[in-house]
Amino acid sequence: MSEALRKELRSALNKVSQAFDGLGDFTIFSALSLATIFKKPSTGTMIPICFRVGVQSVPVVAITGMFIGMVMAIQVFSQFQSLGMATQIGQIINVSVIKELGPVLAATMLAGRIGSSMAAELATMRVTEQVDALICLGVNPLHYLVLPRVLACVLLIPILTVLANFMGVFGGSMVCTEIFKVDPYHYWQNSRGHIQIWDLSVGLIKPIFFGAAIALISCHRGMNSRAGAEGVGKAATSAFVWSFMSILVLDFFLALFFNNLHQAIWPDNSIKTFGPK
Amino acid sequence: MDSPSANQTFLSLQNAGIAFNGVDILRNINFDIPKGQTLVVIGESGCGKTVLLKLLISLLQASTGKVLFDGQDWCALDDKRTNDQRLRFGFLFQGAALFDSLTVFDNVAFGLRAHSKCDEKEIEKLVLMRVKEVGMKESVLGKKPAELSGGMKKRIGLARALILNPEVMLYDEPTTGLDPIMTDVINELILQTRKTMPVTSIVVTHEMRTVTKVADRVIMFSPLSRLKPNEPQVIFDGTTDQLFKTADQRVQQFIHGEAKERTQDSDHNAHRDEAS
Ligand SMILES: Nc1ncnc2c1ncn2[C@@H]1O[C@H](COP(=O)(O)OP(=O)(O)OP(=O)(O)O)[C@@H](O)[C@H]1O
Ligand SMILES: [Mg+2]
Repeated sequence: MSEALRKELRSALNKVSQAFDGLGDFTIFSALSLATIFKKPSTGTMIPICFRVGVQSVPVVAITGMFIGMVMAIQVFSQFQSLGMATQIGQIINVSVIKELGPVLAATMLAGRIGSSMAAELATMRVTEQVDALICLGVNPLHYLVLPRVLACVLLIPILTVLANFMGVFGGSMVCTEIFKVDPYHYWQNSRGHIQIWDLSVGLIKPIFFGAAIALISCHRGMNSRAGAEGVGKAATSAFVWSFMSILVLDFFLALFFNNLHQAIWPDNSIKTFGPK
Repeated sequence: MDSPSANQTFLSLQNAGIAFNGVDILRNINFDIPKGQTLVVIGESGCGKTVLLKLLISLLQASTGKVLFDGQDWCALDDKRTNDQRLRFGFLFQGAALFDSLTVFDNVAFGLRAHSKCDEKEIEKLVLMRVKEVGMKESVLGKKPAELSGGMKKRIGLARALILNPEVMLYDEPTTGLDPIMTDVINELILQTRKTMPVTSIVVTHEMRTVTKVADRVIMFSPLSRLKPNEPQVIFDGTTDQLFKTADQRVQQFIHGEAKERTQDSDHNAHRDEAS
């Protein structure tokens, strides 16, 4: 084997082993953080974080959700109209928004809004030795800093997703009935019954996972930031990139899982399943 | 507790060394700190003084050798014990490291809230006492750390570190960035703390004023990059008097020619930046 090739191979292997290192490190970090859940969060930590995650995200999430619905309506309308099914348009918009677009795009927005700010905040605390100061004062930073953030995201991101879904459905219906003049009665009549409790609950369970992923990844990035302003910036960026990717990957596997679960519970239902039978 | 025998070793470094990314920062450090001693550590910027303090409280782990506190190797302790032992320390960080999201009051009260059963009234009294001690007014209590000057942060950091009556105080440049009068107040406070409680103090500083005022013993470090491979890194260990009389050129330069030292130091740093 030539020397150059060997070198190339070695550096590739190094990268792979670094990736595994990172993954292992993240897994340990997550496990240790979640293990602190048995002690209730320190007083005064939950409320400010919930405020930032929950209340302050409302406008962003609402606007995102509404535009998803509106854009869907525009894209779908012409296709449906050419088939003469304009009054059926509501179901496709609502199903797409509630099952996929709402949860994923809301989570993406929140990864950008909350994830990177959490990463930057913790990174700043790390590089200004505030995390060290916590340790010296006998407080576990995972319990004091990470746990409240994880809890806030896990509890509030599903609620924000409901808001995004609602706004999406609303936005879609507004575009269809107001701009495209679809008859509202038929619009709603035809979309009823296509969203089942199952879809709603899957749409609520997925964001729990997204929330946990966003919080854990962002906190991990922040707590392991390198020194200096550059390190803080990098932590924020990589928090978003990794959260976003994990949202998509999780979404895929959760969709697979829930579809198969649905099939297992109600075998004769028409939902398609994937994967080995 | 009342009269610790003078030579009882409290903290001890045994062949301790630490490296970051393969670069040695501290190497083969050996010394003992008896109970109640005030040890001043000097040395040029970047020689590893902060790292040394962090080793002593186990915020960093030695890559070689051992660090002992009260007869126990930090590495041999489980998480809970490590935590308990750390609570016997107070640490004033170089940049004060106040919690940005909390008010000054909550910062100083932090240790009490986490570890004592004091009610709010007692906490308030203790916080007020500590804050006055470091020469600050009551009016700062409601402010956020971002609204304070560097020197004020330092003093609040000191109040926070002292609030749990630590047995060992680690001061990382307690008087840097303070005016001469405040410097004296803090030096006096370090001495007073010593008198009122049997505190062991390790003071990292660049200021000769602080050295002469508080030190029982002085240790000077040199950065490894300036030493030959087997030269010891501790280039001076003795009393203040000895420090001023020693013939060692490097020590004399540090004490008297601080200006010269500083330009050399920035050259040295620039050099390192290029290298990295
Ligand atoms: N976490 C770390 N990762 C990598 N290198 C580090 C780390 N902490 C310290 N260093 C390196 O160790 C050396 C000593 O740092 P240290 O902060 O102890 O210096 P210092 O003596 O306190 O200097 P100063 O007087 O400027 O505070 C520096 O060269 C620094 O780059
Ligand atoms: Mg330092």
